[in-house]
Amino acid sequence: MKNKEPLILVVVIIFTLVTYYLVEPFAHSQMHKHVESEHFAYADLPAPTKTGDVARGQELVLGAAACTGCHGIEAAGMPAPMDAVTAAASYGVNPPDLSNAGLVYDAKFLTDLIKNPAHALMVEHKFDINKGQMHPMVPFYGAGGDMDQEVADMVAYLVSIAPKAEDLTPAMAFETACGRCHAVHYEKWTQIGSKPMFKKKQDELAFDTQVLDYQDSLKAYMGKLPPDLSMYIRSRGEHFISTFVENPQNYLAGTAMPRVGVTAESAEKVIEYLEDSGDTKRHERESIGVNVMLYMLIFVIFAILWKKQVWRDLH
Amino acid sequence: MKDSSRRGFMGKAFGGVAAVGAVASLFAMKKSWDPLPSVKAAGFTTLDMSAYNENELVTEKWRGKPIFVLKYTADMIAKLDEKQKGRTIVVGSDHYMVNLGLCTHLGCIPSYDNAEKTFLCACHGGMYDFTGDVTKAPPPRGLDIPPFKIDGNALVLGEEGPEYKKMKETGVTL
Amino acid sequence: MAHFTKATSIKDWLNQRLAIEKVEKVMMSEYWIPKNINFLWAMGMVLVITFALLLVSGIFLLMYYQPNVNTAFDSVNYTIMREVDFGWLWRHVHGVAASVVFLIIYIHMFTGIYYGSYKKGREMIWISGMLLFVAFSAEAFSGYMLPWGQMSYWAGMVITNLFAGGSLHADGLVEWIRGDYVPAQAFLTRFFMLHVLLIPVAIMGLIGLHFGALRIPHVNNQDGEDIDFDVEADKYLKGDKAGSKVIRFANDFMAKDMMVVAFYLVFFFYLVFYHYGFAMDAVNFDPADGLKTPAHIYPEWYFLWSYEILRPFSTDIGLMAFAFAQVIFIMLPFLDRSPNTVPASRRGLFKYWFWAMLVDMIVLTAMGKLPPEGIFSTIGLVAALTFIGLWILLPIITMMEKKA
Repeated sequence: MKNKEPLILVVVIIFTLVTYYLVEPFAHSQMHKHVESEHFAYADLPAPTKTGDVARGQELVLGAAACTGCHGIEAAGMPAPMDAVTAAASYGVNPPDLSNAGLVYDAKFLTDLIKNPAHALMVEHKFDINKGQMHPMVPFYGAGGDMDQEVADMVAYLVSIAPKAEDLTPAMAFETACGRCHAVHYEKWTQIGSKPMFKKKQDELAFDTQVLDYQDSLKAYMGKLPPDLSMYIRSRGEHFISTFVENPQNYLAGTAMPRVGVTAESAEKVIEYLEDSGDTKRHERESIGVNVMLYMLIFVIFAILWKKQVWRDLH
Repeated sequence: MKDSSRRGFMGKAFGGVAAVGAVASLFAMKKSWDPLPSVKAAGFTTLDMSAYNENELVTEKWRGKPIFVLKYTADMIAKLDEKQKGRTIVVGSDHYMVNLGLCTHLGCIPSYDNAEKTFLCACHGGMYDFTGDVTKAPPPRGLDIPPFKIDGNALVLGEEGPEYKKMKETGVTL
Repeated sequence: MAHFTKATSIKDWLNQRLAIEKVEKVMMSEYWIPKNINFLWAMGMVLVITFALLLVSGIFLLMYYQPNVNTAFDSVNYTIMREVDFGWLWRHVHGVAASVVFLIIYIHMFTGIYYGSYKKGREMIWISGMLLFVAFSAEAFSGYMLPWGQMSYWAGMVITNLFAGGSLHADGLVEWIRGDYVPAQAFLTRFFMLHVLLIPVAIMGLIGLHFGALRIPHVNNQDGEDIDFDVEADKYLKGDKAGSKVIRFANDFMAKDMMVVAFYLVFFFYLVFYHYGFAMDAVNFDPADGLKTPAHIYPEWYFLWSYEILRPFSTDIGLMAFAFAQVIFIMLPFLDRSPNTVPASRRGLFKYWFWAMLVDMIVLTAMGKLPPEGIFSTIGLVAALTFIGLWILLPIITMMEKKA
């Protein structure tokens, strides 16, 4: 009698794979919009035409352009003018410290942001000047000279004070780009900074109260509290997160989440931060996976040999 | 012979007594699965409707969900069309909007603009009029109305009164 | 009174008290299995191994899991996944095994249907097997509640709502099952109890029944041949192993089983380490939020076919169709009126019925996950009607079958 087992195995595998294909890749392709990566090119923004002058930029940032009226620049020894909670009460969200801005954000994006924040952030549906809705960040109207040159100078200054690319840690990238709206409680990150260990319960409660106050302002500003991102690497996945950060409007037209304008390298760091939070043991999983698969190979060989021995006199 | 039938009978009788005990314990088991008194108490919220001010949105809580309560001004009542009247709850001579404060699109909580007398959902820009009816997509329908019963000057959320049943039948709410 | 002598060895000591030699004979060396079988007959052993994996991984998850609505999500995703050494491994093994066990159950079931292994004295094997399917379904559903993610919460909401019975409006029953108006603390703790105690105990009891049901009618074989097990066993014991139609359970059958198990474990661990996403839905990595409905709510893949039978109809008819789908498989031995116990390929119209049923269930499974819109909802309706139609046809076409 001929052995039918290979045929049966093929039938079982085909039906299994067809079912798998239908309920996983196919169903998900129908349920979720697929957005291709734009590789953080920000093609809609014009390329800067002028070469900036760092010294002139410093004068503008710290002087005429009045950036430090709202933003701190720790790298230049300028503390934030207000604490995070007060700032959020005034602006809705705490304006970022600009120390890392020149590294984390794309230069094209920064250039456009200084001139027209709502446009660069893609929140013009929320902040329509014609309706008198002003974005809390005041646009730069020029300091009397060639405005494009002035903006280029300021961007050049921000780039000059930023840390070197190799010194950018995942936490720095995340805190600058995302951390003022999103908490990551698995990494003990709150919107107003890392939550320290407190000796006294009162101090801890005071800190928690500050976080809640900040979140209330943020809630009013964004419509709802932006989600905690602790498990986003598992709930959304890398592709969604990076394409969403690149252009939130592609997924959710009208969403209050702004385009953050990070560079491709910073986006990778942000993803790494989220992986550390929500998929902490991935390296261990991968290395143990290889060992287990090798062991299983040996297991199969011995199982086959045993079967052959037992069945030798049964045929 | 007589003895053995008697034994058979006593066996059955014993089985019967055991069954009574088993059934009685089933009753206790069933009752243990019932919602607890504290859970039940939290399931009904009584609102004193005389406590609200005109055109001032108050958010109450019922079964863990936000409930919008808005008392209409005479001006607002005058403007009501038929559809909006269907969504309005009348207690005594006052008119109210009592809705689940969750956008029917993706469940964000809309905010009320008491100058424009509209609700705006900040998440995706959905808009509702002051009766909670949708005026701008993406929400698929107006805000849902929680089950309610009018009890004198009070509104009991969680009980279905005739006014609520009518709203459900006419498709005003789900 | 039993007579005990001074034991000559540990084995003898045990043998006098527990009759281990006799047990070994009855359970292993002289438990006879037909030789004419293929690897599909090893699915029982594959299921035993998978159940063992679930049990062991479950024990370790149980040590750190907290059945509290405020801490459940973090106890799984933070404590177990980040802090406990190899906690991630137990969770992935548990999650993947819970999904794969249904794949094997379906293969096992369709093997039984194809070879007619529910007929002529094997009815109880089939019925106990279907009861196991129900118990495993309840176990899977209750376990799915425990991480208390968005899918846990909303699947819990939607599935318990089914008990309202549509127009019957048995809201009281729904609230009784939940212990609350919405899935909350009482709901989580009682499903935790069901998942770790009551249903596992029921499953173990049913596994015993399932195995016991095999003893008298014996395992079926590839040709449905009626084997005289006593004669064939005698042949085997006299030394004609090659000529006998039966083999020992251990080690003969076991050796082949374990070979299949080995191949299966390669596949299983590949999934655990490299392809676990299908078993752990991304949406469930968002914490449960009663104020926010996920864009798509669907059950795990193994419930999709019955979910799709519910969905294309209006509420009441859908519930009736759903109830029909839940009980109909258990009736199979009585709906198949044919006297033949042979593979479907030799059974006339039943051959087509088998493949139609398999394909229809795959179509239902696919449509159950897709959003119920446009063409998908039409296909789903047709497939659901086909499912019901096929079961109505079954007694008719099998009655027409000639005695082979």
